[in-house]
Amino acid sequence: MLDDFLVRAGLAGAGLALAAGPLGCFVVWRRMAYFGDATAHAAILGVALALMLDVSLVAGTLAVALAMALVVAGLVGRGHAIDATLGVLSHSALAIGLVAISFVPAVRVDLSSYLFGDILAVGRGDLAVIWAGSVLVLGLLLWRWSALLTATLNEELAFSAGIRAERERLVLTVALAIVVALAIKVVGALLIAAMLIIPAAAARSFASTPESMAVIATMLGLVSVGVGLEASLVVDTPAGPSIVASAAAVYAVSVIGGVVWRRD
Amino acid sequence: MSVLIETSGMSVGYTGQPALRDVDFTIASGEIVTVVGPNGSGKSTLVKTLMGLLKPTAGKVRRAEGLRIGYVPQRLHIDTTLPMTVARFLSLPDRRTPDETARMLRRVGAPGLEARQMTRLSGGQFQRVLLARALLARPGLLILDEPTQGLDQPGVADFYRLIEEVRRELGCAVLLVSHDLHVVMRASDRVICLNGHVCCEGTPESVVSAPEYRALFGGEAQGALALYAHHHDHSHERDGAETEHAH
Repeated sequence: MLDDFLVRAGLAGAGLALAAGPLGCFVVWRRMAYFGDATAHAAILGVALALMLDVSLVAGTLAVALAMALVVAGLVGRGHAIDATLGVLSHSALAIGLVAISFVPAVRVDLSSYLFGDILAVGRGDLAVIWAGSVLVLGLLLWRWSALLTATLNEELAFSAGIRAERERLVLTVALAIVVALAIKVVGALLIAAMLIIPAAAARSFASTPESMAVIATMLGLVSVGVGLEASLVVDTPAGPSIVASAAAVYAVSVIGGVVWRRD
Repeated sequence: MSVLIETSGMSVGYTGQPALRDVDFTIASGEIVTVVGPNGSGKSTLVKTLMGLLKPTAGKVRRAEGLRIGYVPQRLHIDTTLPMTVARFLSLPDRRTPDETARMLRRVGAPGLEARQMTRLSGGQFQRVLLARALLARPGLLILDEPTQGLDQPGVADFYRLIEEVRRELGCAVLLVSHDLHVVMRASDRVICLNGHVCCEGTPESVVSAPEYRALFGGEAQGALALYAHHHDHSHERDGAETEHAH
């Protein structure tokens, strides 16, 4: 079954959606969208370093994404007026990454596959890495769920219940770096944040609790992957952007649906 | 009565400009202590340091072993992107049974709100739900940081009456940070008047008549405070009223 490239692509997308759904909810609740972008852009630099040093792509992107995420989290934690700094970090990482990749012999590099993903070329090994990472992130989020949620709501309230907000922030930072490293093969560095934010934002209209929002976001992510892959096959469009475009369509439907749903 | 939290010679903040300096504070089990002070007097800093969220730069804070603190924050902004029913909120971070939450909501005078979204509650309902959440943890000490902001006058009176009742039933100590005095004063065992340091301290009556308290709240922009305080002090009622009218 795994011999079919389309099955592998579907499973890779599903693996990503599984982790991106709940994590994306936290990204939306904590208004960390910019944070996701900066981390994802840094992944391109990770790709360049991995190619140069001849280490695995996942290791390279994970290391650089994690470094970027920790720097950003540190700045946010210190209460920096973060907007401009993030813009600088995010775009510098992308630009430096693109420059660095240009030093790698062209034979080995298909730049667009890192920027927009290459889900149809996912191999068995990639699939194993994506699912292992996804299960890891999901496990991490489930384990810390209640603490993460309380810290997201209010740090002092969390503290009074014995929860350290910095530690929970670190959990999310690590989870984000892992998801970025997984997603680069699926939707590419430029569209990773979209897979986090769009399904979660779409789920908001239909959810009454944080848990239901996470579940609905995951399902909408799965639907987007399915529809996007199908569309890319039928209309012959690039798969990664097609998945994100489907997610955007799902979002649009949810906004309209949400208005109808809420008429009470 | 056992001491729940005690500080000695506690200072917090930068050495040159400490938010609080040289504070000796105690609260014992079952006590109601009210901390009053103008904006920027270090009230919230005191609360955060007592909870352990801030570290004192000098002096000591001792908390009783295993002390459970129920905290009602000054403000709780819930992002509109975060769906949160009252029932779910009451189960954060520890799960409560539907029975427990229903009973506690009835107790705080907000029955049947379980399925409502937190963002759709009125100011009074919201405060009651915050209180219910804090009480569900069975705290030894309930800390309320300006819990009546945004409530109207009858709302404030109701809320304080509720805290008194709850305190009697649960036997927990209450630390109330406030700048409206009239109802609090009657309920508290002790009032601490704060302005970067402890200005004066004692029973509600003794604090009202203390010159430090008058200096702090007397003829200043806090006219409303003076007015309430003067319910206990006939000769100054007119001054207070005039200050109030001057706004």
